[in-house]
This record gives sequence, structure tokens and C-alpha cells, in this order.
Amino acid sequence: MSLPNYTPLNYKIWHYTYLTICGLVFFFLIAPLFVILPLSFNAEQYIHFSAKMLALDPEGFSLRWYKDMIWGTKNPWGLATKNSLIIAFFATIGSTVLGTVAALGLSSRHMPYKAAFMALLISPMIVPLIISGTAIFFFMAKVGLAATHTGIVLAHIILGTPFVVITVTATLSGFDHSVTRAAASLGSNPVNTFMKVTLPLITPGVISGALFAFVTSFDEVIVVLFLAGLENTTIPIQMWVGLREQLSPTILAVATCLIIMSTLILVSAELLRRRSERIRGINR
Amino acid sequence: MSNEQILSSDGVPLEVSLKKAERRNKIRAVLLVAPLFLFVLIIYVFPIGDMLFRSVDDRMITKMLPKTFKAMEQWDGKELPEEPVYGALYEDLSYLKKTKTYGKIIARLNYEKSGFSSLIKKTVRKISKFEEGNYKEQFIKVHKRWGQLDYLIALKNTAPKWSYAKYLKGLDLKFDQDRNIIQVPEDRRIHKILWIRTLNVAFWVTVFCFCLAYPISHLLATLPMKYSNLLMICVLLPFWTSLLVRTSSWMVLLQQQGPINDLIVWIGFAADDNRPELMYNVIGTFVAMTQILLPFMVLPLYSVMKTISPSLMRAGKSLGGTPFTTFLKIYFPLTIPGIGAGCLLVFILSIGYYITPALVGGASGSLISNIIAYHMKSSLDWAFASALGTMLLVGVLTIYWIYNKLVGIDNIKLG
Repeated sequence: MSLPNYTPLNYKIWHYTYLTICGLVFFFLIAPLFVILPLSFNAEQYIHFSAKMLALDPEGFSLRWYKDMIWGTKNPWGLATKNSLIIAFFATIGSTVLGTVAALGLSSRHMPYKAAFMALLISPMIVPLIISGTAIFFFMAKVGLAATHTGIVLAHIILGTPFVVITVTATLSGFDHSVTRAAASLGSNPVNTFMKVTLPLITPGVISGALFAFVTSFDEVIVVLFLAGLENTTIPIQMWVGLREQLSPTILAVATCLIIMSTLILVSAELLRRRSERIRGINR
Repeated sequence: MSNEQILSSDGVPLEVSLKKAERRNKIRAVLLVAPLFLFVLIIYVFPIGDMLFRSVDDRMITKMLPKTFKAMEQWDGKELPEEPVYGALYEDLSYLKKTKTYGKIIARLNYEKSGFSSLIKKTVRKISKFEEGNYKEQFIKVHKRWGQLDYLIALKNTAPKWSYAKYLKGLDLKFDQDRNIIQVPEDRRIHKILWIRTLNVAFWVTVFCFCLAYPISHLLATLPMKYSNLLMICVLLPFWTSLLVRTSSWMVLLQQQGPINDLIVWIGFAADDNRPELMYNVIGTFVAMTQILLPFMVLPLYSVMKTISPSLMRAGKSLGGTPFTTFLKIYFPLTIPGIGAGCLLVFILSIGYYITPALVGGASGSLISNIIAYHMKSSLDWAFASALGTMLLVGVLTIYWIYNKLVGIDNIKLG
């Protein structure tokens, strides 16, 4: 953003102040994440920068906390990773299927009480997790699903569907319904039309909704905290326990892995968004 | 003019045929929504209803002393009750002793009035030696409190099946023995402080987020695409990163030996041996929550600012407006929908925040969610946790309703 030569001095000062403020805010947003990366390679058992690290001495850095994360004694991360992946996998499938189907109905102009249904189906995203967790815990305890994977998966499906509903309805809002009518006039039945025409067109929206659902389940602490037994521990639970006891470099190693994962998810979500906009013909 | 109806190809009037098709479409749409609706109803709405139910449910004690409460119905509470009440109490307590379930009523009665614990324990211990008849005298002989009017009134007060006492407790109020609502003693008034602090934190976090998000959203919306996409990563990466990772990074930053304290010492604001406490208090909660919730403010603001045409600002300037007045009179009013959406979203999210205050907030930075979790996990007073949860839920749903009216729930934008 360069300014024309004739800009008065006070505007110039104001403009550069504005840019500086923006720079500081961006720094505030992103910098905390990058503090974790170097510290996870700390050779010592501290979570602050040692003198050797600040001098960039190779001896100050090591992979010992990553080794500890993978091979450490009485290490919970293996089981936690397995559980997290299993739960997130099934929760993602459940939320995506239920959410997509519901979004198709909600986008239809024939749907009665659309706003009310939408508000209800999105409410799990708005209601504080502590309340959802409390309520779902009572229910699961009553039906005997507390401390089971099934119970956690069902709860996570509830928490993930709003994201799928939102992204898929957004995709469908730019959807040209004449293509489905064309398919129908050519003799295709509704199921066939959906599989061959509608679904390929809304796939980017569905996948980005699925990514949201996956991340929601993979990150979720509070509901699992209430529902899980020792056998159902997940990565967030282990991190939560670790952070409450003592902040150890091993947790920072895990956190680094999670940051790498979220970077990958961010990149795929961005690519999907652009693809979806291209398909829907939104040019910017 | 002919009154003839237009017929469709199979001979049915077109109007009827169209209505039929419309109805079929309607049914199809409803059937598509039905699975998720039922799922949400069973696993979400029903449990929340159950939680409301739990918060007012006081049937346990009613069920355990059925005969006593029945006998007490006639009693006006002005002087000591007559023999039948004591007789019924004898029957109920002997039964509870036989089934060894009297432990449950002790906690409940002691909550109503302290002193019941020893009273019930002593009575139950001696109840097998009671002789038939003249129970009133025998009860008073075992413990003189059975002859004190206030204990019997307290007992009678527990009779109703439903009670909103837990809600009063959540507001630091309680019933006195004449069923008047009074404030609890000053040193026990902890919940009101927590409610005020929660609203306070939510309000200020919203204000901070707004102040920080407005300039950068404006920058993102006005920069050329190739730069703004790059900067957007700074907003989206934290958005996609695990909450616990972000909270732990703040724990690293704010700890006593952490980089921010190093900086403060290096600049000279504080001595090395007197480093300020940045974490485990309300400062930690404010800073961490603002950074964590900032993307939720930026995204709605950005999506609104993106739609504002730059030519409007140019028009304002060409008509003689200074940059400041054009901003105030043209740009700012156009961004109000985005401001509303972002502020309500951040406020709703921060009012129920749990993880971050629990980890960086310490005792002075904990919010209402933390006390709910405490009653769920530690004190196991689930009815009270439910009551607090319900109060929080009512607050959140009110804001959600306003949000829906103002912004429309289908206008939420993600990423």
C-alpha cells in the first residue's frame, strides 16, 4: 500500500501508524504459536529459553522430548492418539452424513419453518460446551454409554454437525438447481441425480465441513473430560492433564505435532474453499 | 372467457397436480432434515431438558420420609406437632435404618439447617430401643432438638417435590426458616462475584477483540488479494489450531521465567527477583482469551468489509469529506452488521469459556464454567451444577435469539 506523493504529512503519519498497529495485531495472533516450536527442541528439562538456545549452540537443542513422546515409559500418547483418531474418524463420518443430508433439506425452498430448524440444529455450536458436556454426561450415564467410545462418538457427532450444516448450506446457496432439473428431465431418479450431479458439485463444501467436524472432535476436551474413563483417554485429555500438573517439554513436542497438523488442515481447507468458489462461479 | 380448467397430461387439473407435487417436495425436504433432527432431539435436546429437571428435582427426600410428610400436611408450624407426626417419623426412620439408606437424607437435611447431621445419626442409633406409643416424648428424650420448633419447620420445608433452592444458591440467596428469601452470609457470597466476573471478562474480551480486529479486517479487505491471502493465514492458523495448544503457548509466554517477563525485566519495568505475576490471575485470562477469540471477530468483520465498494469512500472524499468524516459517516455504518455478528459471537463464546480460564486463570481468574465443572467433577453436587448450567444457558440462548434476529443464523461464516 503505497501512498501518492501529494499525500499530506499528517495523513502519511496516520497511515504508517495504522500499518504498524495492524502489524502488531498480526504478530499478537501468530507469534504465540511459534514460541512452542523452538522450546520443544530444548535439550534441558525447562520450558524457557536456556542460554545455550539463545546462543544457537547446537548442544542446546535435541530431539529427546520427541523420543519421550513416542517411546517414553508409561507413555499415554500412543493410546491417546489411537483413541483420538478412532473417535474423530467415526464422529466425522456421522456428522458429515447427517449434516449433509439435513443441509439438502434445509436448502430446499419447500422446507417449512426453515429458520427455526436451522437455529435448533446449529445450537450445539453456540451453547457453551460445559453445558452440553453436563447434559450429555447425564444422558450417557443413564443409557449406560458413559466411558465408552460409542458415547463419545455420539456426543461428537452432535458437536460436529453444525459446522457441516453451515458449510454445506453455504455451498448449496450458490447451487444452480436447473442442473438437477435437467437430470430429472433426462430420466434420472432423485438418488441417482444426487450421486451423479449434486454431490460432485457440493463436494468441496462437504469436505470442508468434514474437516471442521474432524477438528472439533479431535480438539474437544470438555465433553470427553466428563464422559471418558481411563481407557477412552484422548490427546486433548492427556494435554489437559499434563498442563494442569506441570508444563513439560513433552507436551510442547505434542503441541508442535498438532500445529503441523493444523497447518496441513488449513492448507487443504483453503484449497477447497477456492475450488468451491471456482465451481460456484464466484470470481473475486 | 371459458371456465374450463387446464388439465395436465394425465387428466388431473393442473392446480391439483401442482399442489400434489409441492406437497411431495415439502415431505421430501422434511424427511431429509428428519434424521439429524431426531438425533439432535434425542441426544441433545432431551438431555438438556433432563438437566433442567435435575436442577429442580427434590423428590429424593420426599420419597424417603413419605409418612412423616403426609402426617405434617395438617400441621400449621406454630407449635410442636402432635403425636402422629412423631409416630410417622419413627416408622420412616426405622425403615431407613433397616435398609441402611439414611445417609442420603443427612446431607440434604443438614443443607437445610446445620445440626441435623448429629441429630439424625443419634436418633437412628437409638431408634431400635424405642417402645411403642408416646413417640414424641421418646424423640425429645433422645435429642432435645426434636423438641425445638425450628428443626421441625426445617424438616417440613423439605417436603415439596420440586425446589428452586439451587437457583437461589447460584445467586447467593437462600431460604430462611420462614421461607423468606435472604442473602447468605457475606463470606459465602462467591457466586455473585463469579457471575459478575464472567460478564466482565466476556464484555472486555469482546471490546479488546473488536479494537484489535477492526483495523486488521479493514486491511485484509482492502489489500490486493495476493497479500491479503498471505496475511489471512495469520488469522486462520490460530483458528484451526487446537485450543489446548494455544493455551499452552500462553502458559509458556506468561510464566514467571517466560519471554514476556524476560522482556519486562530487560526493559527495566521490574527487577529480576521481583517478576510480575502474569499468569494464574485475571490478566492471564484476558490476554489469552482475547488472542484465542480474535479470529471469531475478524472473520465476520472481514466478510462484511469485503462487500463494501471502495468507490463509496472515494465518492465521500470527492464531496469534500475528510478521511475521518468519510470513515465515520460512510464506512463505519456499513460495517455495523459485521460488528454485531462478531461481537455477539465472541461474547457468547467467552461467556461459557472453560479451558483457558481453568489453565491460566488461577483462582482469581476462574469463571462460572469452572465452578460448574467443579461441582460436576469434584463436589458431585450435580443438581447445583445443573442449576448453574441452566442459568448460563438461559443467558446464552437470549443472546443467541438476539443474534438470530439481528444477523440471521444462516449468515454465520466460517473460514
